[in-house]
Order: sequence, then C-alpha cells, then structure tokens
Amino acid sequence: MAFRTIAVRTAALCRRAMATEAGSTFPLTFSSPTSALFNEAAVKQVDIPSTTGHFGILPNHVPTIAILLPGVVSITTEAGDIQKFFVSSGTATIHADSTVQILAEEICDVADIDGNAARAALEASKSKLASASSEADKAAAQIEVDVYEGMVAVA
Amino acid sequence: KNHHRGRSSGINAEYGETRLKSVKNIRKITSSMKMVSAAKYARAERALKPARVYGTGAESLYTKNEFESGEDKLILAISSDRGLCGGVHSGLGKAIKAAHAEKPITKTIIVGDKAKAILQRTMGDTFLATFNNVGKKPASFTDAINVAEEVLSHEADTVDIVYNKFINVVSYDSTTKPIPGVASIEANDAIYNYDEVDSEVLKCYQEFTLANIVYHSIREQECSEQSARMNAMENATRNAGEMIDKLTLAYNRTRQAVITRELIEIISGANALE
Repeated sequence: MAFRTIAVRTAALCRRAMATEAGSTFPLTFSSPTSALFNEAAVKQVDIPSTTGHFGILPNHVPTIAILLPGVVSITTEAGDIQKFFVSSGTATIHADSTVQILAEEICDVADIDGNAARAALEASKSKLASASSEADKAAAQIEVDVYEGMVAVA
Repeated sequence: KNHHRGRSSGINAEYGETRLKSVKNIRKITSSMKMVSAAKYARAERALKPARVYGTGAESLYTKNEFESGEDKLILAISSDRGLCGGVHSGLGKAIKAAHAEKPITKTIIVGDKAKAILQRTMGDTFLATFNNVGKKPASFTDAINVAEEVLSHEADTVDIVYNKFINVVSYDSTTKPIPGVASIEANDAIYNYDEVDSEVLKCYQEFTLANIVYHSIREQECSEQSARMNAMENATRNAGEMIDKLTLAYNRTRQAVITRELIEIISGANALE
C-alpha cells in the first residue's frame, strides 16, 4: 500500500517536472559578426525564416540545421514580450541539448527599417535584375530583390 | 683657441650630441606608436566581444558532436603584414613548424606577409595561396568570406586554423582550431541526428560556418597583435628613456672634462708667459 502511494506521488512529481520543462525556456544565441544580441539567453520561442519554410522553435525542438532566408526572426523573451529583427542571411542550429544558435550576417531591428528607402531600393534592384546579363549578375540581383522584398514586407 | 661651447667637435662621437638626439627621436616615435596601438587595441578588444559570441555559436556543431578529423589536413595561418609586435608572428611560425616536424604538412594557406616570410624557407612549397594587405585596417566579414572561399576551393578532410588567441592585455597564445570538412561530416552518423540535413543544406551551412569561424579567429589575432605591439612599444620607449639618461650623464661628464682641459691649457699657457 505504501509503495503505491510513493509510486503515485513520484509519478505526479515527474509529470509536474515534465510540464515545467515543456513550458520553460531554452538558451538562445542570436548574433551577427559585429553584435551579439542574445548570448545563451533564456527565451521561450523563436520563429525563423528558413529555406525549408518558416518555423517556430520551442524548448526540446528536434535537433535541426537550417539556412536562413532574408526575413524576420521573431523572439519571445522569458518575460513574454516579442522582439522582431530582420536578418539578411545566415544559419540556424538546434542541438540535442536544446541550445539554439542563430547566426546572421546582418541583423537590424524591424523598427529601424525605413519603408520608403526599402521600397525605392526594391524598385532599383528589380530593374537591375531585368537588365542583368550573366548568371552571376542575375543571381546577385535576385538576392537584392529578395532582401528588399523581405524588408518592404515588414516596414 | 676656438670656444667650443660644448659642441660635438673634440668630443668622442659615441657620447656626442648626435647620438643623444637620435635616441630622443626614437623615443618620440616609439611613444607615439604606443599610443596608436593603445587606441587600436581598445577598438580591437571591443570588436572581439561580439565576434567571440558569434564564433563560439558557429563552432557549436563541432564542439557538441564528435566528428573525426580526417588525415588530409590544410593549415590556415592567420597573421598580418605588420611587425614590431613582440612574439606574435614568430610564435605562430614556431607552432606551425613544430606541427610540420611532427607530421609533414602538405597544404597551407597564409594570411599576412609576416607568417609568409617566416614559413617561406621551410614550407614554401606547401603554400596554396597567400593573402596580404592585412593589418592596416580591422578585418571585415567580407575579408573572412574571401579567405573561406579560398580554403573551400581546395580538397581537404580537415582545416586547421592557426591563430593567436587573446587571453588578456599582457598575454596571448598560439592556438589551433580543427574544422572537419564536409566529406568528414557526411561520413559521420552524428550529423543525421539533425533534422532537415541534405547535401545542399550541409554545404551551404559549412561555407557560412567556416567564414564565421575564420572571422572570429582574425579578430582574436588582431586583438593579440595590438596588445603585443602596445607592450613592445611601451618597453622600447622605456628603454630609450633609460638610454637617454645614461647618454646625458656621459655627455655632460665629457663636456665638463673638455672645458676643464681647456681651462688648464689656458692657465698653464698664461703661467708660461709670466
């Protein structure tokens, strides 16, 4: 009879611990070469734009390697507020120990994006793409168009 | 007799005014070089902080998993074009030569003329590519990309990045960081624990990651170099100062001896006339 009580109690404790695990945070490193915005900081959720689709990362996400597309990285901090950053390109790694590294070549706060400047730059890059001749030029122009399209979408 | 007024004629050149002047000039130069390095060091140290977070994040795939390093190694040596920085470049050269003596290296890529000069004689035939115009300005991420692209254009199982890791303002240490190549990683089961992994993604990931780690290594090297140069110039300035003190004393003694001699000549000449 005593065993049963202990077993039930331990099972309940385990379940409670697991529930807290799932609702807890994971360490995020979000950095560019020149500025480290999050350094193994505890966050609740991160949404990233990747080549395999836009997906969200929660604690205990399956280990993953992803390539970032130009777009918005959205971070839900431990306190609960959401911070949005535009990234140009980069990689995201989720390890088995639940640590996440999102490294981007350029990061800027969404609030800092000048919508008019982005729209003007988008028009310029579209005409550049239209007039590009070599494969390399076309690829470079396409990258510009992708980045500015992403910026215009969030400005 | 000419009145010499303590000028250099008649005085042994070694204790002369010319030498004193030249050492004073040297002190001016080393002192201003010290101040320039101090400013550059402050900037390099500030830039190193985010670079370390970035670089540590980039190499997490390799530090959290066991990927075996292959036999076919390529050495990437990170130095610069500029000297007068203590043992920074020679220490790097020594580490690479020691590794070469232990197991012959066949492929090297050199960043910076100093390392190139040091390794030219014994390992010149292993040079695949060299980069110069390094060290005048702090490295940009684009510089790291250019180096990484060159590295990736050559076949290798492992890339060993050799650079000076910054410890503190008075110490640094030559460090070797092994980066497994794409083939090594694909051959290892550990990578398939990660979701979404295919050859295309892996190749893209490796390219970007290598550029990131190269960038971090260059920043460490810059910080080590500027702090070492600052210290070397501080020492040189202090040594020049000590030398100036010694030379000034000797110069004054000699000058006084000459005056005394001339006085004696004048007085004994006057006595002889009496």
